[in-house]
Amino acid sequence: MSVLDPTWTGLLYLAAAALFILALMGLNSPRTARRGNLVGAAGAAIGVITVFLSARLDNIPWILGAIAVGSAVAAPVARRVRMTQMPQLVAAFNGVGGGAAALVALLELAHTGNAWVRLAIAFTLLVGAVSFAGSAVTFAKLQELMTTRPVVFRGLPVIMAAVLLAAVGAAVAVVLTGSLPLASALLVLGLAAGVLLVLPVGGADVPIVISLLNAFTGLAVAASGLVLGNVLLLVAGTLVGASGTILTRAMAAAMGRSVAGILFGAFRGGSTAGSTAVSDRPVRSSSAEDVAVLLGYAQRVIIVPGYGLAVAQGQHTAAELAKALQLRGIQVDFAIHPVAGRMPGHMNVLLAEANVPYEELKEMTEINSEFKTADVALVVGANDVVNPAAKTSSGSPIFGMPILEVADARQVVFLKRSMRPGFAGIENELLYEPRTTLLFGDAKDSLTKVLGAVKAL
Amino acid sequence: MDGISLLTITVLAVFVGFEVVSKVSSTLHTPLMSGANAIHGIILVGAIIVAGQAADPLVLAVALLAVVLATANLVGGFVVTDRMLEMFRGRRDREGPR
Repeated sequence: MSVLDPTWTGLLYLAAAALFILALMGLNSPRTARRGNLVGAAGAAIGVITVFLSARLDNIPWILGAIAVGSAVAAPVARRVRMTQMPQLVAAFNGVGGGAAALVALLELAHTGNAWVRLAIAFTLLVGAVSFAGSAVTFAKLQELMTTRPVVFRGLPVIMAAVLLAAVGAAVAVVLTGSLPLASALLVLGLAAGVLLVLPVGGADVPIVISLLNAFTGLAVAASGLVLGNVLLLVAGTLVGASGTILTRAMAAAMGRSVAGILFGAFRGGSTAGSTAVSDRPVRSSSAEDVAVLLGYAQRVIIVPGYGLAVAQGQHTAAELAKALQLRGIQVDFAIHPVAGRMPGHMNVLLAEANVPYEELKEMTEINSEFKTADVALVVGANDVVNPAAKTSSGSPIFGMPILEVADARQVVFLKRSMRPGFAGIENELLYEPRTTLLFGDAKDSLTKVLGAVKAL
Repeated sequence: MDGISLLTITVLAVFVGFEVVSKVSSTLHTPLMSGANAIHGIILVGAIIVAGQAADPLVLAVALLAVVLATANLVGGFVVTDRMLEMFRGRRDREGPR
């Protein structure tokens, strides 16, 4: 079935590529973002329909069946996933995209004798496999199927170097010989490199790794465009590779880190892993009524929401508590750390879901100088983003990350599940300060109790 | 297409990619990443081409696996991005026009 001639095919691919660019531009601003995403979906639909109408394809019923299976699996998951689990879903979708690119490259090897095309194939195989395996490890860390702390063992840098060297050797051999077994070996080496790349990354840095692997998949797709001589794949993949690189750097900058530091920091540091041991140092634990008194007779309260709030689905209760305090004439703001949650901007999405008005959400740079004027900083389910170790302890894995300066507030109240350290696995000295009060329990339960006590004041 | 044309297209696309995301606020980092993630699901086009050329059953099986994976990336990516952005829209509607 070849309805379209090459000119029309080229024009339709050009239209799809232009729509992808418009989609990324739309995603730049909250006002146009949703439309931008739909524009991107339209571009993708045009691309897929065009390939059916232009290429000489066999096996069409099988292909349509496979598309139906892929949609039937992905769409319901994407529709139903809880927003707290959205980062790992994005990681999973990214990984399967990289895997698809690697498989396409592997199958194209038999169809070419050109060394340049084989070079593009080797690149796609390696980068696609790294993205697939790296995303799988990222998924496991975010889903807490494995430890979220950096996994470092003796000899890891040596093994990594050996795998990369072997991969380069296999890639050269694939370019020279076009051998399928060697290409399969390259695929396996790529998978190993992906696992080794992500294992030493600490939990707090995982969002940046998702973004980096996203850029990797883009590059693999671009290279597969060169393999197939398909301009749409080339342009779309390059766009994602380039924008993903910039985005990764911007996210790393928001955390005061370098991308190299995130990937290789744990290699160098040796024992940066922190401790999971529950400390038995004394803390000041308190009741919901005491916390309510602290809050109810304050002039200014700043709420610092973290992932624990989202996990407990306590956003709505937090919003209600803010309203109850405002009724008492207290000024209440939410301080949002750029990487609160599991992805940059994740907390904004979660609080938007809970109907917290936009003007009460203050970005870190905006609110940090205002903690000095706050009577109470109420930290709900956050830990790493307020941990002073980021400023004071140069051996800490989060050293250099800008934090919310809750220590400047007159009183600090932590609502925490337990004394277990946060996602990054680092002890928080602030918990042991005399002006710090702790209320243990599930974030939502604690908030509900505090809310009730505030209303009873 | 000849090598120089492909190189030209690639270099221009790199600049466009750099340019379109250079001024994004951290609020939108997550949806933007997710949207870009959906866009590279267009590898589906490549997977369809490979599957359409497959003569051998084993090759077809691998190609169809690639089609399934690519479709999951493409469809799931756009759907989850839309869900995220739905929340931003909801907030503006409540605030009313300003």
